[in-house]
Amino acid sequence: MLVFIGLGLHGEGISLGGLREAQGADAIYAEFYTSLIPGVDAKRLEQKIGKPIKIVGREVVEGNPEEILEAARKGKVAFLVPGDPMVATTHIDLRLRAAKAGIATKIIHGASIASAAAGLAGLQSYKFGPSATVPFPDNPSARPYEILVENRGRGLHTSLLLDIRTEEGRAMTANEAIEIMAGLEKKLQKNAFTPDTLAVVVARAGSEDAMVRADCIEKLANLDFGSPPHVLIVPGKLHFVEAEALRVFAGAPRDVVG
Amino acid sequence: MRRYKHLADVEKIMWIPTQIRNIGIVAHVDHGKTTLTDSLVAASGIISYDLAGEQLFTDYLEIEQQRGITVQTAAVSLAHTLEGKEYLINLLDTPGHVDFSGDVTRALRAIDGVVVVVDAVEGVMPQTETVLRQALHERARPVLFINKVDRLIDELKLTPEGMQARFIRLITKFNQLIKRYARPEDADKWQVKVEEGSVAFGSAKEKWALSVPQMKKKNISFKDIITAYQSGTQAELAKKSPLFEVVLDMVIRHLPNPKQAQASRMPVIWKGDLESELGKSMVAADPKGKVCMVITDIIVDEQAGVISTGRIFSGVLEKGKTVRLVSANQEARVQQVSVYMGPDRVPVEKIPAGNIAAIIGMKEAYVGETLIEAGVEGRGFEELRYISEPVVTVAVEPKNFQELPKLVNALKRISREDPNIKIKINEETGEYLVSGMGEVHLEIVEYKLKEAGLEVKTSEPIVVYREALTGKAGPIEGKSPNKHNRFMVAVEPLEPDVIKAIEEGKVTDKQERKERANVLRELGWETHAARNIVSIIGPNIMTDVSKGVQYMREVQDYVIEAFKEVVEEGPTMREPMRGLKVLIVDATLHEDSVHRGPAQIIPAVRRPIQAGILLANPTVLEPLLKLEVRVPQEFMGGATKVIQGRRGRILSMESEEDIAIIKASLPVANSFGLAAELRSETEGRAIWGTEFEKFEQLPRELQEQVIRNTRKRKGLKLEPPKPDEFMEK
Repeated sequence: MLVFIGLGLHGEGISLGGLREAQGADAIYAEFYTSLIPGVDAKRLEQKIGKPIKIVGREVVEGNPEEILEAARKGKVAFLVPGDPMVATTHIDLRLRAAKAGIATKIIHGASIASAAAGLAGLQSYKFGPSATVPFPDNPSARPYEILVENRGRGLHTSLLLDIRTEEGRAMTANEAIEIMAGLEKKLQKNAFTPDTLAVVVARAGSEDAMVRADCIEKLANLDFGSPPHVLIVPGKLHFVEAEALRVFAGAPRDVVG
Repeated sequence: MRRYKHLADVEKIMWIPTQIRNIGIVAHVDHGKTTLTDSLVAASGIISYDLAGEQLFTDYLEIEQQRGITVQTAAVSLAHTLEGKEYLINLLDTPGHVDFSGDVTRALRAIDGVVVVVDAVEGVMPQTETVLRQALHERARPVLFINKVDRLIDELKLTPEGMQARFIRLITKFNQLIKRYARPEDADKWQVKVEEGSVAFGSAKEKWALSVPQMKKKNISFKDIITAYQSGTQAELAKKSPLFEVVLDMVIRHLPNPKQAQASRMPVIWKGDLESELGKSMVAADPKGKVCMVITDIIVDEQAGVISTGRIFSGVLEKGKTVRLVSANQEARVQQVSVYMGPDRVPVEKIPAGNIAAIIGMKEAYVGETLIEAGVEGRGFEELRYISEPVVTVAVEPKNFQELPKLVNALKRISREDPNIKIKINEETGEYLVSGMGEVHLEIVEYKLKEAGLEVKTSEPIVVYREALTGKAGPIEGKSPNKHNRFMVAVEPLEPDVIKAIEEGKVTDKQERKERANVLRELGWETHAARNIVSIIGPNIMTDVSKGVQYMREVQDYVIEAFKEVVEEGPTMREPMRGLKVLIVDATLHEDSVHRGPAQIIPAVRRPIQAGILLANPTVLEPLLKLEVRVPQEFMGGATKVIQGRRGRILSMESEEDIAIIKASLPVANSFGLAAELRSETEGRAIWGTEFEKFEQLPRELQEQVIRNTRKRKGLKLEPPKPDEFMEK
């Protein structure tokens, strides 16, 4: 049995159900490379669960998961994943492999940035179009800008997730992302990310010191949002309740959101 | 003080193209090229006339003097007076040893004519043929100097008739080579003729030379020469008909000036638009045009830094000017310009089109780079082709481990100076692997390291094999580690005609797409494959025959990187690939770019190529040398025994008087220590030359052992991998 358990968005984000599943497991693995959780601490998790946790990297999960699968064949394995397990694109492969090997699987969900960021900003989740990740400049892509253009054309909001390389100890800040997107705007010129475009930065969603700020890009570019993880949202057409929420919860100036 | 007077002469004449010649001296090793150069330099007043011949002026490096062979190209500017007119002769000294073929090719780009030196006793040797062929390919016109005539008298005791007969034979052979290798329009015009004085003969060591017109003018006969030697008065000969005068007169009369040369050479050596403003100014060698220069040599000097030497084809190179480096696509400022005088560079304010110049401190340039004045459009020179490929490697490590960083720096510097030296780190063993064109080439590297104050240990020379495939395989599926990206890849052997076209520079990575597609289509490729070349590395091609795959452009760099990794290290034993053709048949890529970064795409492309090669009946190729041995008939048996004992194949045996000429093909693997054995088997009477010939399949019965030895040396498990180790389960 292989149980994927979401750790949610902060040190105590694991659900009660998840905690119970982990406590009942014969072996516990965790990965921390697909996302950053502020305040997560493997030692404290071990204390809470009462069992040792083996932290595995990308090479093991993607390249050689035989050890995990072997343990799951013999007994119950808990695999701890930041956020909600299947939001990290790569883990469906591990679940498929387990299924092919005749191993039963289960998912215990956790909070995900995908819903949390929208919620913090007060934007309605069904009004979001496809999301995209803004990659570091050494792996450039026009894709986030293209998605933004498509979504805005249909009046939809766009979540831009920011690149993270835990292996290199790098996580992109909203300011870097704004610079990269502005660069794409300059190149492709579809008027989707101009200095007066409204955007929302959500920093450290889920933790005590989460921060949400809505303003035009020109203003946001000069603010300091503290340590990552950050998310950048570019709203589409605003419902009047959404506009009010942005003013009340994200400090959006009236002249920007109306 | 004499030097400054000389510099003033140089600065005056360099503005008058009809009074300039840019030439090289080329020869088979030991035929006396450096001695000739020294005599010419001496005559121009930079080193003492009497010392020349002993001083070996252009051989800077101590090792060159020890070995008596020149290893690095150096330039020198000479002044010479003919019929009351002062001429400036820019002379590039080029290495004669086959191990330095790349240097020769590069130097030829900068010069318009060559003096080919041939030893009167040894005659035309393999390397003579190679350098002559290279010169003719670059459309540099040849004249002939037959050297060491004293040996004909002292050693062979030839009569005047015997001498003449020998000269005629040699000249006929030489003209046959011109006929064979010159462009058709030059072949007849460029034949050398004794009666016109485009052939001279003499002794560079004894500093005399003659040509037929000169013999008539000074009333000297063949008999007079022999008499001079018999009576020990050859010094008189040098006074009566000095070497420098005859050779430099010949150069001025028979080799083209830069204006003439550029008019006919530009269409051959430059692929840009000849009708453009820059093109016209290059054809005319016009100093009023915009600057265009090609770098043919780079030396990194402890004090001066990077010194780039090259030929100015257009405009005036001036301190402070900004130029664009065409291949690197970046701009750089010219900090200092110099002309050459022997090993010294003398700073000058400016140097006009048609001359050889050195630029100091341009860190961005590399050998073969074209510099064009900033703001001017124009193409670079075609990529320089190298005749030979690195075939021998040694592993180098410092005796004192703490000197490793110093070693790394020194190696980097050496490979920058000489692009034919390749440096690689063996990740498994931590050794630094230095690859070059032969045993001697690598000994020079070792010497340069010692000179840089490094104590190093070097391994025995190791042959660099090539991996190849003889069948086809695929399409094979490759997935990224996150399983969200998929490639379908097929491999097959690259057609021999296409390999040839790549090696001849007719198909290159940087070529314009349409032009390249046309060449490939003529060689039988389908239009789609011919148009969508992704990368060409060495004699290997990757092409994309997929249709409409989204985001392919965004991952292209990683796809190329994967190809490069396999080409540099094949799957069987991590030796370079030769003749690999990779077809990307199809692909599916994740739409979010963070899920298709280099860590995902590179293995997804590399692995199916590796699996494909292993499934396509892989084989090992080994480098062969062309060997020519001349030996007195009575030692022929000894020489053939040595060759056959080393897996050599004898191709022909001819005799010329009492000398046997053996032509053979010899594996590089069996060539180490050849010199000593050949010497002892023939009591030192054999004369020989070697040259890289080609790669050929290693006999099957030897392959397994070579693969295991190579893998062992590289710290790999002995068994080569199985295809399924690279395949998706």
